[in-house]
Amino acid sequence: MREVAILGTGMTKFGELWDRSFREIGIEAGFQSLVDSKLSSHDLGALYLGNMASGAFLEQEHIAPLILDYAGLAGHHLPAIRVEAGGASGALALHEGYLAVASGAYDFVAVGGAEKMTDVSDTEASRIVDATADTEWELVFGATLPSLWAMVARKHMHEYGTHREDLAALPAHDHLMASKNPLAHFRNKVSVDQVVNSGMVADPLGLLDCAPLSDGAAAVVLGPMETARKYTDTPIRIAASQVACDTMALHHRRDLTTLDSTVFAAKRAFSQARRKPADIQVAEIDDAYSIAGLVALEDLGFVAKGEGGAAMRDGRFFGKGTTLINASGGLKAQGRPFGAVGVAQVVELVRQLRGEAKERQVSGAQVGLAHNVGGTGATSAVTILERAN
Amino acid sequence: MKHSEAGIVSYGVYVPRYRITPAEIGQVWGVDGAAMGQGLNIERKSVPAPDEDTVTISTEALRVALARGRIDPQEIGALYVGSESHPYAVKPTATIVAHAVGATPSLTAADFEFACKAGTAAIQTCLGLVRSEMIRYGVAIGTDTSQGAPGDALEYSASAGGGALVIGRENVLATVNHTVSYTTDTPDFWRREGQRYPSHGGRFTGEPAYFRHVSECAKLMFKEAGTTTKDYAHAVFHQPNGKFPRRIGTQLGFTDDQLKYGMVTPRIGNTYSAAALIGLANVLDHAKAGERILVVGYGSGAGSDAFDLTVTDAVAGYDRSVGLPVQHYLDSGVELSYSVYAKYRGKIHMGEA
Amino acid sequence: MAIARFWRETPRRYNLGGSRCTVCASVYFPPRTVCPTCSTHRQSIGKMEPLQLSGEGEVVSYTLVHEAAVGFEMQVPYVLALVKTTEGPLLTGQVVNVLPDEMRVGLKVRATFRKLREEGPAGVIHYGYKFAPRDDLEPGPRPGRNAEATPVHSSDASRARA
Repeated sequence: MREVAILGTGMTKFGELWDRSFREIGIEAGFQSLVDSKLSSHDLGALYLGNMASGAFLEQEHIAPLILDYAGLAGHHLPAIRVEAGGASGALALHEGYLAVASGAYDFVAVGGAEKMTDVSDTEASRIVDATADTEWELVFGATLPSLWAMVARKHMHEYGTHREDLAALPAHDHLMASKNPLAHFRNKVSVDQVVNSGMVADPLGLLDCAPLSDGAAAVVLGPMETARKYTDTPIRIAASQVACDTMALHHRRDLTTLDSTVFAAKRAFSQARRKPADIQVAEIDDAYSIAGLVALEDLGFVAKGEGGAAMRDGRFFGKGTTLINASGGLKAQGRPFGAVGVAQVVELVRQLRGEAKERQVSGAQVGLAHNVGGTGATSAVTILERAN
Repeated sequence: MKHSEAGIVSYGVYVPRYRITPAEIGQVWGVDGAAMGQGLNIERKSVPAPDEDTVTISTEALRVALARGRIDPQEIGALYVGSESHPYAVKPTATIVAHAVGATPSLTAADFEFACKAGTAAIQTCLGLVRSEMIRYGVAIGTDTSQGAPGDALEYSASAGGGALVIGRENVLATVNHTVSYTTDTPDFWRREGQRYPSHGGRFTGEPAYFRHVSECAKLMFKEAGTTTKDYAHAVFHQPNGKFPRRIGTQLGFTDDQLKYGMVTPRIGNTYSAAALIGLANVLDHAKAGERILVVGYGSGAGSDAFDLTVTDAVAGYDRSVGLPVQHYLDSGVELSYSVYAKYRGKIHMGEA
Repeated sequence: MAIARFWRETPRRYNLGGSRCTVCASVYFPPRTVCPTCSTHRQSIGKMEPLQLSGEGEVVSYTLVHEAAVGFEMQVPYVLALVKTTEGPLLTGQVVNVLPDEMRVGLKVRATFRKLREEGPAGVIHYGYKFAPRDDLEPGPRPGRNAEATPVHSSDASRARA
């Protein structure tokens, strides 16, 4: 397996993009990523597209060739492959692209993630994303994604004495970071009190504990490390790309407050990269729900099991310690266009590692980690990136 | 004809948890609901949760009956659900209940409708099948989640509940000595196909309907069984309110003591097809071996079914530890406001999705 | 949800038909064809037998849902819980007949039979299990024994054996 580098990145604004279609945002992100490198579209060997539910959102399946076509590449007759893994679709598309280049099957691939969620009603959109949990044995009984995560939160509070305010700390941090991110869905600041007192969704989670439904797209182009400097001055090496899965339903997990999929993906990724959590300066963690971000800190190994609450309370990962999480604003505030999330996380890391993150730049960032989750943790992906010096 | 071998081998009752008072209903319509309640002798009525209907109530009641009697559901040969509020106009309640208790597939099942006496009609049908030895056990259920139109007098009484009786020949708790019926064409209460709420003939539902049929049917029974009121320890009448059964009981010569256990409507409202069955269940909760019970149901349209029962020695060994006694439902409950009641009962017109 | 899709699960949804691995004795709900616990999964194929859960259990975690799933709007707020059954499997389900402030981790519950969802005013009504607090005075009825119980894909199993 050869080493793989990220050569270029692209990303649209995240949010309610009323005047923009799925095709437009997909193509915008893709072209940006090509232009960001010195790569020509003729160099591409394949396109991987992370998307969760275009059929349900847009009544359009078969979208990988659609994007390829409207990008003007139909005549190149490239393979275009859609990847679906719920909220982790983007990270899994990246994983596939990474494997394709690492294996030598293709030299250069484009990896995109895109979701257009606002062309259906909020109610319909919630129903669609809830289906990343187990429809037959969870949703049928009235479960929703936030209600399932709420039960993780309740259990964590019961087991470890985690407080309601500990949950609220991360959304407040995310909004602060997103206020410095022009592409973010939300750029307003919110306080811990506002999160705690936000309208109840599923007790103890309020509206501000939950990431929004967003439109958006992100893309990267990948190529072999050995020739990377021909295409960019600042290649970012993919030091690890790992995916792990677990039971579909929350009720079948070994432990309700641990995502074993994250634990295993992280363990393998740190091993592949020969790194440890303390080596990470910037981490984009999946905080689709505040509790998800809290347990992610534990499951990724940044803190011990049960200490997530204290870490949030102390703001240990909000700029005081060695690792800063969610410089982009996270899923909570940068936004959550499902299939785009995993790719957008990587775009943020690349910008941080290149030193191009402007107002939200983490100084001297050399190693970054992205963590993306599908459903309530049936799939997790962990990617580690390093600045190639 | 006297058949001593067949009767009730087990029984179960279920009443939804929510209650509303006539005063609460009346304040919405500018009526002195408390006075209305006193006149009808209804203190409160039961209200089903939004996820309860005739199917779920029947299932809960029957599961209790089967567990108490330790009856193998596969031995049930017939299952009939009597109701005027079946959730489907076409598609039987009985098949869902049969599946939910594990009685399928080797049985006959059907839904009965005869206003408030569909449950007692189901008992008679089961008795016929059991006595003729066509089946080992028959299940007769009376359940309703009745609705009165908003503001209508019925709204103060129409409630929800269910009673399930298992009819058989072995370990009989109460033998059915006699059953007789009295039936005429009397349009006192009806609901046309496709109509949401029933209509009624106002005061016409009294003398020519309820009182005439119940009274004539009781007299037929006295003649058939050669009994008088003094032969019965307990009497249970259909009870659209708390006033009618007391009046008919007194007219026939029964004392308050004979009527007390059979009267459940004052505390849970008119459970329609379930009313006589729940009254009977409350009597059975308290009855002693050798006591004789008279039950007279009534259904608008109109007809009455009467039963003459004798409690057997088996009642002493009957396992009542499963499920709840009727008294629990008379005593407990969570009171609702009219607004929540209206939401639960689907009385609020919702926008199209 | 299409009619057949719900209908084929009624033995599970109505009567809690699960399965038990005859090799390692682990119990599953919904039933499984292959035992995830057995170290060699293949050894369990064809050896999973139907086992009906009693419906008794206790609350492991819960939430009060304010933003309802589609079809549950009229019940808002409703209690959703993870219930650990006495046989072992954890189930997701609503808890009814309970006030929100009566909910707690460790609450003893039993399965009850309720309407889950309607396919609009003209469509099919789906029924199944929910949970209700178990009064200590009330051992409670069990779900109906189900003669049809749990098809554990016997044709697949026999192929695997052969």
